[in-house]
Amino acid sequence: MSLAKVPRETLANALGADRVAAELAAAGHDVIRTGSLGLCWAEPLIEIDGIAYGPVKNLAHLDAARIGPTDEIPALARQHRLVFDRCGRANPFDYDAAPIRAHLAREPADILAEIEASGLRGRGGAGFPAHIKWRTVHDTPSDRKYVVVNADEGDSGTFADRLIMEGDPFRLIEGMLIAGRAIGADTGVVYLRSEYPLAAEIFSEAIVAARGLGLLDTFDIELFVGAGAYICGEETSLLESLEGKRGEIRVKPPVPAIAGLFGRPTLVHNVITLAAVPAILEHGGAAYAELGVGRSTGTMTFQLAGNVERGGLIELPFGVPLRELIEDWGGGTRTGRSVGAVQVGGPLGAYLAGEQLDTPMTYEALAAIGAGVGHGGVVVFDDTVDLVRQAHYAFAFCAHESCGKCTPCRIGAVRGKETVEALIASERPEVELAMIADLCDVMEQASLCQMGGMTPIPVRSALGLPPGGS
Amino acid sequence: MDQAASAREIAERHVDRIGGPITALREIAAAFGYVQRGHVEAVAETFNLSVAEVRGIVGFYSDLNTEPRGRTHIRICQAEACQSVGARELTAAATAQFGAGLGETSPDGSVSLEAVYCLGLCTTGPTAMVNDRIVVRATPEALGP
Repeated sequence: MSLAKVPRETLANALGADRVAAELAAAGHDVIRTGSLGLCWAEPLIEIDGIAYGPVKNLAHLDAARIGPTDEIPALARQHRLVFDRCGRANPFDYDAAPIRAHLAREPADILAEIEASGLRGRGGAGFPAHIKWRTVHDTPSDRKYVVVNADEGDSGTFADRLIMEGDPFRLIEGMLIAGRAIGADTGVVYLRSEYPLAAEIFSEAIVAARGLGLLDTFDIELFVGAGAYICGEETSLLESLEGKRGEIRVKPPVPAIAGLFGRPTLVHNVITLAAVPAILEHGGAAYAELGVGRSTGTMTFQLAGNVERGGLIELPFGVPLRELIEDWGGGTRTGRSVGAVQVGGPLGAYLAGEQLDTPMTYEALAAIGAGVGHGGVVVFDDTVDLVRQAHYAFAFCAHESCGKCTPCRIGAVRGKETVEALIASERPEVELAMIADLCDVMEQASLCQMGGMTPIPVRSALGLPPGGS
Repeated sequence: MDQAASAREIAERHVDRIGGPITALREIAAAFGYVQRGHVEAVAETFNLSVAEVRGIVGFYSDLNTEPRGRTHIRICQAEACQSVGARELTAAATAQFGAGLGETSPDGSVSLEAVYCLGLCTTGPTAMVNDRIVVRATPEALGP
């Protein structure tokens, strides 16, 4: 009897994975449902006795879809997977809890030291050193503390949170448990966006399974599903939303690590930040810190998307040049045209082109050219891209998603959108460009959060205006 | 049982839950097709909030629609990764095909169109959802009911 692995994952399912699984079972295979390997271009990617096939829409032309032994697929073998090491390899519910029990037997001070040694920084976008947040929550006295997971993955071009929650939900649960142990929290809350129904289903099953294993006896986890608001990916807006209110951002300070959910010290992290924690304890913080470049330590889960031939999840140490991701890993554009622009780090990230594509993917190197890693999303456009229209979209998106609390963002985004429209019709574009540059300065310096504060990044880069910060 | 009573029943299930009012309103929108005035009052009473506060919540979140949708509800991703592979053109074609723009319902009430900002399927765009069915590498033909 042969063993067949078929992903249970949103993309693979949309492309017929359920049907393929049924066909395999009818043909006498032992079928298990795994996560996705993240090779999205080959979905549905199935494995039969160690041999990968993809895309497989039905079994009729299976041989034509043969890729080869899964372990030898270059796009997989060349990755350095620490967060996604298990994802796609097995049924995630066939789970061995021994390693996490060993991690949880360690002393909080010992765990905090490993996190500090690892140099781990937030994977949601801000890149803030994790250990400072952990220590702040740990050191702030309170009757109750929370671990809150930001799974409101709203950035276009990103899907790492979804893939891990669908394919290896225990990775996130482990990260939450370790964080809870280290900071002295007894409650974890996951804020998941409503656009990810399968992730909600699978993660809910994982919570039940973890309870059954006794893993949640002293630290319980609750899943909250959002209601459609990009701004709720901003940590204070997310906390307001968890309190059942409009997701209007809060003025900082106080930071959530001191006064967060219901006013209690709260550790807020992106999914991937916490999902990296088990590997840090397994291999040691110092070993983790040896990966990457300078202060960009460890691996990053890059997501290659948009107009690209082979999009997917690529986990590599920081430092890979952007061009290598697009050309070597992605195989260039799907349309076969040359690359026109690449937006790195979601809708608040910069549009890059030309020599900028040689930038190594690190927090520091991207910051030096007015860009950022964000959540690791890389969206490729071919040379038909109209960058003025993309600048217009950046303002329009900000206008649509602004929570409305501060004026620079609420009014500025609308005025910016109108001014780009005037620019398109203008006979003296330098007048509108000067107004947009001025508006970008105001939004960047005076907005309360990064929604208004970072919208200038895609706008300036798309319009060829100099980066801010001067 | 009248609608307000069953909306109250839904709301009561979430009284002690984190983010309770939002979850209650999301489930009410799913159960009744949209959030109606009586539902807002029921949620306000259940959670000891003012009607204005609940209306504020409803107005904030895009899943909490206050108008009925078409029998076929089509959500088309408008975000960058889908733009790079033709989301704008797909949206224009769908608008012509169904006689409804984003945020509108066709004159016969059969089809409504809505913008969505990222479904996390960014390698195989343009992406759309037709009711609960996900369509990747979407074409105008694939959006039919």
